[in-house]
Amino acid sequence: MHEERSQLMQTLFGRLSLEAIPYHEPILLATFAVAALLGGSLFGYVTYQRKWGYLYREWFCSIDHKKIGIMYMVLGIVMLIRGFADAIMMRLQQAIAFGDAAGYLPPHHYDQIFTAHGVIMIFFVAMPLITGLMNYIVPLQIGARDVAFPFLNNFSFWMTSAGAALVMVSLFIGEFAKTGWLAYPPLSGVAYSPDVGVDYYIWSLQIAGVGTLLSGVNLLATIVKMRAPGMTLMKMPIFTWTALCTNVLIVAAFPVLTAVLVLLSLDRYVGTAFFTNDFGGNPMMYVNLIWIWGHPEVYILILPVFGVFSEVVSTFSRKRLFGYASMVYATVVITILSYLVWLHHFFTMGSGASVNSFFGITTMIISIPTGAKIFNWLFTMYRGRIQFEVPMLWTIGFMVTFVVGGMTGVLLAVPPADFVLHNSLFLIAHFHNVIIGGVVFGVFAGINFWFPKATGFKLDPFWGKTSFWFWFVGFWFAFMPLYVLGLMGVTRRLSHFDDPSLQIWFQIAAFGAVLILFGIVAFLVQIYVSIRDREKLRDHTGDPWGGRTLEWSTSSPPPDYNFAFTPVVREQDAWWDMKARGHQRPLQGYLPIHMPKSTGAGLLLAGLSAVCGFAFIWHIWWLVVASFVALIGSAIAHTFNYNRDFYIPADVVTRVENERTRLLAQQG
Amino acid sequence: MLVRMLPKLLLPVLALLLAGCETVVMSPSGDVAVQQRNLIVASTILMLLIIVPVIALTLFFAWRYRASNTDAPYDPEWNHSTALELVIWSAPLLIIIALGALTWIGTHTLDPYRPLDRIEAGRPLAPDAKTLKVQVVAMDWKWLFLYPDYGVASVNELAAPVDMPIQFQITASTVMNSFFIPALAGQIYAMPGMQTELNAVINRAGDFEGFSANYSGAGFSGMRFRFKALDAAGFDAWIAKARAEGGSLQREDYLQLEKPSERDPVRWYANVPADLYPAILNMCVEKTKMCMSEMMAIDANGGMGKEGLFNVSHLIYDQPRARGAHATIKGKDYVSALCPVPGAPAPSEHAARLAP
Repeated sequence: MHEERSQLMQTLFGRLSLEAIPYHEPILLATFAVAALLGGSLFGYVTYQRKWGYLYREWFCSIDHKKIGIMYMVLGIVMLIRGFADAIMMRLQQAIAFGDAAGYLPPHHYDQIFTAHGVIMIFFVAMPLITGLMNYIVPLQIGARDVAFPFLNNFSFWMTSAGAALVMVSLFIGEFAKTGWLAYPPLSGVAYSPDVGVDYYIWSLQIAGVGTLLSGVNLLATIVKMRAPGMTLMKMPIFTWTALCTNVLIVAAFPVLTAVLVLLSLDRYVGTAFFTNDFGGNPMMYVNLIWIWGHPEVYILILPVFGVFSEVVSTFSRKRLFGYASMVYATVVITILSYLVWLHHFFTMGSGASVNSFFGITTMIISIPTGAKIFNWLFTMYRGRIQFEVPMLWTIGFMVTFVVGGMTGVLLAVPPADFVLHNSLFLIAHFHNVIIGGVVFGVFAGINFWFPKATGFKLDPFWGKTSFWFWFVGFWFAFMPLYVLGLMGVTRRLSHFDDPSLQIWFQIAAFGAVLILFGIVAFLVQIYVSIRDREKLRDHTGDPWGGRTLEWSTSSPPPDYNFAFTPVVREQDAWWDMKARGHQRPLQGYLPIHMPKSTGAGLLLAGLSAVCGFAFIWHIWWLVVASFVALIGSAIAHTFNYNRDFYIPADVVTRVENERTRLLAQQG
Repeated sequence: MLVRMLPKLLLPVLALLLAGCETVVMSPSGDVAVQQRNLIVASTILMLLIIVPVIALTLFFAWRYRASNTDAPYDPEWNHSTALELVIWSAPLLIIIALGALTWIGTHTLDPYRPLDRIEAGRPLAPDAKTLKVQVVAMDWKWLFLYPDYGVASVNELAAPVDMPIQFQITASTVMNSFFIPALAGQIYAMPGMQTELNAVINRAGDFEGFSANYSGAGFSGMRFRFKALDAAGFDAWIAKARAEGGSLQREDYLQLEKPSERDPVRWYANVPADLYPAILNMCVEKTKMCMSEMMAIDANGGMGKEGLFNVSHLIYDQPRARGAHATIKGKDYVSALCPVPGAPAPSEHAARLAP
């Protein structure tokens, strides 16, 4: 299989050879064909419409937080489709691979799929979606014109995309890791995973991790430094509060991930022994370190959607949020406690009873502020006037689903209970219960809620409700059987089963996954139908839901500069308060507005990073050196670009604002 | 309408609950697993005290305060109530205090390292009771069980007498696994070069399933074994059979067995040397390797400075066990090349010298 390669080929291509292309895998070939067809037609369409220049100038190089936010959302949704394809393949395999039937996926393929599913769903679906929401909404909510470091924002987005691109490349060149989504050593060490899979894992996460960290720094600085006058911390909208806490977590947690992956790559590339069996390496150290990042990561994902639900529930109950202060304190308490619970992911590693009890009890304590949040939403609904628009449906669906996930989570925090449930399908059901029931439902609530802000027209409610019900029912069908299977002692990551009595439960779960597929399709149809019927769904007011916070005070979509005049905040729900006091939009006196200028540097730097990562993965050392030098060179060159800002002239601002005045007057 | 539909809606929930009750985790056969089950039930009931009202109130409020119901009171500015805030923070707090107490006690009594003090509820352990010692090695992708008191060993089959405390010592040959017999007791990781422990007892005779509960590579799905809980006579017969039919498990045989294989048939071994398990644990089954325990003893005494690097090549462990067609670990040389020891042979020279 492995013939001698000439020294020249080895130098030029490292480990890369034609063997790395999976010709012999019909599933992968078909996937490649479909991807090539879709990609090709998209490429052809854009070329035919002569839109490349427009896309490049107005989107790829844009440093407008709104456009970057939308690009994050697009990235998240595209990767959701990939991650879900993995999910449904696993469900199908587990529904048929019983007894003599081996199923259609051999272990080496199945193991890549569950690894890729986890990595993609966390890093390239959930993270981009919540980062996208924060990017779009936070500056608008605090009355800012952009984020603190607009170029960094563009660079962060492209780094995240470069990581996603590397994961996608692994599908067709080489393979992905077969280690599970956290790549525990020694299995992920070079001795037991000598191939390129784990290297794809390391480099895609390292590159995307730079993006995430920088975006965390950026939003943190934005929220701390750029709030509108009068918006003290205790007057910030709850979504901004949760974004603040999430970005604190990102800034504190992601460097740990970077460091632990650096150590793992040193083990793999230069023969150190941090996590090996021999030379005194200690794999338990890796497990600790990765979860010291990994548990805060869970809260990085869930906190912003708690913010989304808070905004949605008070808007659609037409009522102030109940217990704002306790909501804020609950968020802060969760932020702090999320660093004190990581060991609950491995009670079964053999720590003493006191250590296990400590981490079990700290975990349970987190459920107190979380419970308080649920009650706050509940009492916001109390004596409200609840409109069942699509975002509110997702919120109610979340409240009934999430508490069940919370309960099973606390159950898993009891160490002796965890000993029998750890790594079982009960655990899988639990974290899908909180991630789908929490993060995914929250992101869909947020998309339906803020879509009219970003585009100027609402999303079609019929298809929105269809999507919700398919997701909601599909979730219960897909994951309740897994709770039962977990109690039957079925462990995770199995590609084949002997006991035929389990099969019916896997078939029910597969049925649930099909329902979720319909939910995703309905969401895509919803987007399509809404764009088609956009004139019917158009909103000229900029405030289609009777909103409460500042993003609803500007037009939809907001002008490049967001606010012609920086708003002045007096109350918690600033826009609600302005409306109540009969706020009049200023109609003259516009000034030129200082804005940052677009640049292609972010795309270039991220592209070079991806090339560098690819070269590292395949051991193409000359390319590693070349792309790294180019990367550093471009970064330095970019610092000499002094042509970074411009002024939007006052007459342009006047024209834009007069148009809005005209549209508002038309509404009456 | 909703009320009439309720029984129909509850039916699947009930079916789910019933299905859950019959499962191995909810009706186990060993005392430790039974106590773990009891803890699951108690915690769940405690939490349902708050979960059920929350779900019910969510649905009720959503229905009661729907926009079309103009009879319901509407109070758009009401956003604070100290009394209510106290309740919503203290209700979960009280439940967590109760659950925390339960956790602290349960975690300590069910600590897998703690020797048992009872056979079953109401049956304390007799002071002179015998304990069965079993050493467990998780391998690629099979289980090896050694019985040090009997000198026998088995692959993919574990046997133990009913109502006798079992003390497991658990390690692994290459990567991390998790040793789990749901009917007997909770799981614990099996890690190479390290040892975990588990104390448990089986109360009912039967043939139970055991497996690895931590993914370990391509052969993971087939990494299962049978756990036979036998009466005293049955266990003696099992040992006798292992002695009579068992093959040899000297160090060379172990090194053969250690090679990756999947879905291995049950095998027995007789006359297993007593020092085999310590050698596996210390990663020195090959006699050319320095045992981890020896290296740790040297390090504990302050190490040997640069001269200690000579020992480095005696510690290479993963390389001969590496998986994959072209598995080669380069780079160990870099580490020792960074700090050469004057007068010591280069690492590659050791390898040559150590070869038979």
